[in-house]
Amino acid sequence: MSEVDRRRFLLTAGAVLGAAALPLRAAADTVQLPFANGERPLVAFPQKRPLILLTPRPPQLETPFAVFDDGVYTPNDAFFVRWHLSNIPQTVDASAHRIAVSGEVNRTLSLSLDDLAAMPQVEVTAVNQCSGNSRGLFTPRVAGGEWGNGAMGNAVWTGVRLRDVLDRAGLKASAKQVQFDGLDAPPLPATPDFKKSLDVDVARGDDVIVAYAMNGAALPVLNGYPVRLIVPGWFATYWVKMLSTITVLDHADDNFWMKTAYRIPDTPDNSVAPGATGYPTIPINRLRVRSFITNFVDGATILHVAFPSQLQLRGIAFDGGSGIKRVEVSGDGGTTWIDAVLERDYGKYSFRRWNASVPTRQGTSTYTLAVRATANDGSTQPMTPGWNPSGYLRNAVETYKVTVA
Amino acid sequence: MTKHALIVLTCTALLGASALAATKVAPPKGTATISLPGDAGMAFKPGPGVGPVQANCLTCHSSAYISTQPVLTKAQWNAEVVKMKNVYGAPIADDQIPAIVDYLTTNYGKP
Repeated sequence: MSEVDRRRFLLTAGAVLGAAALPLRAAADTVQLPFANGERPLVAFPQKRPLILLTPRPPQLETPFAVFDDGVYTPNDAFFVRWHLSNIPQTVDASAHRIAVSGEVNRTLSLSLDDLAAMPQVEVTAVNQCSGNSRGLFTPRVAGGEWGNGAMGNAVWTGVRLRDVLDRAGLKASAKQVQFDGLDAPPLPATPDFKKSLDVDVARGDDVIVAYAMNGAALPVLNGYPVRLIVPGWFATYWVKMLSTITVLDHADDNFWMKTAYRIPDTPDNSVAPGATGYPTIPINRLRVRSFITNFVDGATILHVAFPSQLQLRGIAFDGGSGIKRVEVSGDGGTTWIDAVLERDYGKYSFRRWNASVPTRQGTSTYTLAVRATANDGSTQPMTPGWNPSGYLRNAVETYKVTVA
Repeated sequence: MTKHALIVLTCTALLGASALAATKVAPPKGTATISLPGDAGMAFKPGPGVGPVQANCLTCHSSAYISTQPVLTKAQWNAEVVKMKNVYGAPIADDQIPAIVDYLTTNYGKP
């Protein structure tokens, strides 16, 4: 199936709801992610079009990369899904939902969605990217969720500032971190419940919101209905879904998901040599600058390009919240670079779309396309990927070998 | 306040800067129900040791958590099983661990 046909199929099939009840043999198609053991079925889960199924229980669904060529926003029914614990509520009553706020506060709160509706409404366009996005591309490979590049998405998030919620409760001087918990629960009593924490100054940031809408609609259940935390510029592990409990701590959170999991090496570029031990670690934090070509896949053959001609490239770039300053493309694997033209700015946390042209040679020829973004904070993408044992933070320059005929 | 990234909706409506922000988005009301597909028909490969693997691993997650891994060595599979027991609290009997590790290495790994 060609990429265009596949996209057409996905768009059509996306209208069919409830197909996830079917067993896998009914899956309409498969995709091959670009690494060993990367074959995956496309399966439509509830409220979702067919997505790349990593694991059904707990659900982990990857966005087919062609979706990122469709527009700056990732549609709700195509947005990636990642849960840690299999005990997920399948019925959630938004009208009965409450967010409990307690701990180092002057007043404990129990907020309904109506309470949130009465507070100042804000919106932010922001990329939500899994810490382990692209883990399957690590060399040497690491165990974990073996994602391609599609464990990310960009959406408009609407809700209220977390700071307004915290101020309503009133933080005590002893407040150090703010811990977030959702309705999902461990399958066994001994399994650590999934909770994440932010330092108070991060939690009180202008752009951190408690969101009840995504792209102008209710959140899909699998993306955290009825309300989730949005931490623009930070990895998705902090964007707690089905947010139900906010606990203000007087200490650095030492629960498993902060103290042991989701840690990165505290080393230059947060990289270590494979097999290294004994280095200090810190909690994962902000996104690293990345960019992708969205209109060609690696290995593509591009037909009927007249000579002399330009190969038209387009794609996306994003970073951890300084915004994209520059995108460059290369037709020779990074030896020479050509500036791309940036499209409209939807905000410093958003995908930034870009367009560029690469000159072609006469006759059939192979090109190694590459794209490199530079953020306003000066950070850019390395040509050689870093490595860490958890498979986080991948942001190397992506290359795409294509044949133009 | 961040100029571009975060806009109070009342201001945005006045400026007409965003179609999405032109009307206030109300929080959802009512119940949303989904029906998840369980293991979606996925299963472990048959073979010696599959019994304790099914009995222990499937308590918390589908077989795809294992079948999608890169080729892991016996030592790596052993580390995964020990992590499931010691970190995630899986009640795996110690005398079942060798059979589980052997099964995983044979079917989803390399010696």
